[in-house]
Amino acid sequence: MKKPQTAADTRPWRDPGAKPFVRIRNVTKKFGDVFAVDDVSLDIFKGELFCLLGGSGSGKSTLLRMLAGFEDPTSGSIEIDGQDMASVPPYRRPVNMMFQSYALFPHMSVEANIAYGLKRDHLPKAEIADRVAELLRLVKLEPYGKRKPHQLSGGQRQRVALARALAKRPKLLLLDEPLGALDKKLREETQFELVKIQETLGVTFIVVTHDQEEAMSLATRIGVMREGAIAMIGEPTDVYEFPNSRFVAGFIGSVNMFEGVVVEDEPDHVRIRSTEAGCDIYVNHGVDCAPDQVLWFAIRPEKISLSRERPEGDANIAKGMVEDIAYLGDMSVYQVMLDSGKRIRVTKANALRGDPDAISWDEEVYAHWGGNAGSVLTS
Amino acid sequence: MMRRGWFLPIVAALGFVFLYAPIVSLVVFSFNENRLVTVWSGFSLRWYTALFSDPQILGAAWLSLQIAFVAASIATVLGTLCAIALVRFKRFRGRTALTGMVSAPLVMPDVITGLSLLLLFVAMEAAFGWPAGRGMLTIILAHSTFCMAYVTVVVRSRLSDLDLSLEEAAQDLGAGPVRVFFDITLPIIAPALVSGWLLGFTLSLDDLVIASFVSGPGSSTLPMVIFSKVRLGVSPDVNALATIIIGIVAVGVVAATLIGRRRPASSS
Amino acid sequence: MSETATSASPWRPWRFLSRRLNAIGLTGKGLVILAPTLWLVVFFLVPLVIVGQISLSLMAYGQPPYEPLLTFGADGTVQLTLHLSNFLFLLSDSLYINAYLSSLRVAFVSTVIALLIGYPMAYYIARAPEKYRHLLLMLVILPFWTSFLLRVYAWIGFLRGNGVINNFLMWTGLIDAPITMLQTDFAVYVGIVYTYLPFMILPLYTSLVKLDGTLLEASADLGAKPLRTFLSVTLPLSMPGIIAGSMLVFIPAIGEYVIPALLGGPDTLMIGRVLWDEFFSNRDWPVASAVAVAMLIVVVVPIMLMQRAQDAVVERR
Repeated sequence: MKKPQTAADTRPWRDPGAKPFVRIRNVTKKFGDVFAVDDVSLDIFKGELFCLLGGSGSGKSTLLRMLAGFEDPTSGSIEIDGQDMASVPPYRRPVNMMFQSYALFPHMSVEANIAYGLKRDHLPKAEIADRVAELLRLVKLEPYGKRKPHQLSGGQRQRVALARALAKRPKLLLLDEPLGALDKKLREETQFELVKIQETLGVTFIVVTHDQEEAMSLATRIGVMREGAIAMIGEPTDVYEFPNSRFVAGFIGSVNMFEGVVVEDEPDHVRIRSTEAGCDIYVNHGVDCAPDQVLWFAIRPEKISLSRERPEGDANIAKGMVEDIAYLGDMSVYQVMLDSGKRIRVTKANALRGDPDAISWDEEVYAHWGGNAGSVLTS
Repeated sequence: MMRRGWFLPIVAALGFVFLYAPIVSLVVFSFNENRLVTVWSGFSLRWYTALFSDPQILGAAWLSLQIAFVAASIATVLGTLCAIALVRFKRFRGRTALTGMVSAPLVMPDVITGLSLLLLFVAMEAAFGWPAGRGMLTIILAHSTFCMAYVTVVVRSRLSDLDLSLEEAAQDLGAGPVRVFFDITLPIIAPALVSGWLLGFTLSLDDLVIASFVSGPGSSTLPMVIFSKVRLGVSPDVNALATIIIGIVAVGVVAATLIGRRRPASSS
Repeated sequence: MSETATSASPWRPWRFLSRRLNAIGLTGKGLVILAPTLWLVVFFLVPLVIVGQISLSLMAYGQPPYEPLLTFGADGTVQLTLHLSNFLFLLSDSLYINAYLSSLRVAFVSTVIALLIGYPMAYYIARAPEKYRHLLLMLVILPFWTSFLLRVYAWIGFLRGNGVINNFLMWTGLIDAPITMLQTDFAVYVGIVYTYLPFMILPLYTSLVKLDGTLLEASADLGAKPLRTFLSVTLPLSMPGIIAGSMLVFIPAIGEYVIPALLGGPDTLMIGRVLWDEFFSNRDWPVASAVAVAMLIVVVVPIMLMQRAQDAVVERR
């Protein structure tokens, strides 16, 4: 689903010399006394599909609206393609937006909706007609050009909104919860299409979403937002596997968190004593921390294994009892009550059909994991 | 759910009889041959003939229609502007004052509105010599003012239901504010403008009290003529006039309903 | 917006106009606000100020028939003369006090009657099958679009000595001689209730139709009898509709002129009628203005009380 990310040149954010396409510098937006966006700085590169991910009220939509020009930053600057956007009204920006509500003009046909922006540029009629036909083909709505928006299904409306936003060939497309109004199955199909269109046209996309799965599957990079600030920016794997804080770890996917104290702090490993885990946690890389510092160890449910016998070793082994098993088909989620009193989640792929030897309710088990299975978090 | 008793249907039926019986009798007796309106003595169209050969009524009706047309149009323009100001501009100096001034005419007794406007016109004439005398112009000015309040209410509610992102989307696609208004906002709120205009037209056509205050010699509106006639007792040609008005309204409302039903609900 | 934005740029009247207006310090926003505000200041606010001013003046013979408040002396001094005599006159003559009280009484009684008729009708329409609701509602609104004056006139034919009702009652043999109904307070009540009933039904309907049917089921399920359900669920939840409807009947009824003039008798005192007579028959503009000012005060108080009650209900929800 993701673009192949092998060649270095497809990931300009890894190149310190690359010139960003969108440059957001110390942008703050206050509504009254509330900081909707608080000192955000962000670089987005040409051809990226950047996801702004956050809960409601995290400021992601406000940031998007400032890019579109519907809100003015209280302070800070926004540059698009080298041009400062201060005091440029929305109708003069090289940016188009796809709205969460789609905002299709109800009194205009699908064709007229798509053609609207082109007419504002005073393009010749024939060219507009060609462009509209091409876009209808792109979003697979050729037979529906004459319909009014209310005669379309939700998915079709979504595609009209996309076609309309793409009509002017903007250099930057802003998408506000583009899949939010679709049901789950349609959403998964549309995700692929969205990425395909983005790759074909080479347009830079900035997508706002609250859905972490959507962000993971769409994005080249994700910016996680919280309370108006950026909590973390990174590629989807970074954000999932190497979160930089307890918030990011907990916001994306599910995670087990153990609080502990550093007892051994070496350049090549650390050892954390955790009463919550009921065992020592051994991490096979160095961590930037002070001795005796309180920190947290975050580990994803699929990175933990369960066994009936105690494995070898003096760390990363926690004893507990299976309290509950949720069978989800492709995998099972085990809820294990550790001897320390903490509950953890462990997932296991169901590789065999009707495995007679599967761990069952009320069994005593050992939960164990490898030295680089989890992240050490200091905040 | 509560048991369906006999009480509600009976009260509702009586209520509708109460609402319609006088109107029905008005219509029936307009075809009565007898001068004594309530004594039936045979079918006749003589009161319609009398109506259409009465230059006073015809003149007053024509005057009233002109006034209603102009006043409703002015009121629609001003009321729409006012609604836009109140819905779209959340903060400006005098917003509270404007809200108060535009809703006050809705509850202001007609006699006060009429008296105060008359005093204004007299004072204005004394100060600037305009409007010279009172007549059609002063009635139009007065009617525009109170109809504007109603138009504002109608347009305001439609406008605040309008999805703001529609206007933003048009801006985003390159339309300046004025363009957005004429391309997007106006077509979408147009039905409210039409109802506002019709409401203003009806109210203007119906007004007796305010017009009586601000009209001058020789400019009697239709309600003023009707009033002076019925004050002296029932008058069968007024029945005929009422029947025509009721007929026009009924046809209009049924037509509006049918058109509204054929057009599918617009989605936003 | 895109690379084509700078291309062909034909004549754009709007841009031209807006530049011209901006040059003299007016933005589109300013114009939109200014036009209705100015209109209302001139044709609503200033007239009220003039009414207040003339109510403090003295009647005079001439045109205009009142004395100016400001007089300019020969030595360049300006003298302001305010007369409270018009208001003292209103207080001293029992006609005015009685007219105010009787207006309030008529308006109040009519409102209560309209509520008693309108509530069951609104309830019936709100609970009717959905496909009939619009038709019934249209039947309520339809009379409103026909002339108010003509609808009041229709009642003259109904209530007269030899009118429809008397003829009908004598035909059934219930009465021997016609009852006097026209030119009584009764006729005024009928006229007001009849005219303003749609204004009572509409807000009631709006609040009743929003009432969730499951609430009534829940109440019944918890053991409440229909009457109990009505008193403890339906009635409180329809309070905003009751208040709005009552306000829409009560306030215009106070200042009503046409209905008492056509249906009421010579002794039916209502303040709107007094103002009218003061102005058209006595041609006493200052006293008419004073009546108007006093009437404004009478109307403003119930408006504010009801507005406050409604706010309280809205806040509680």
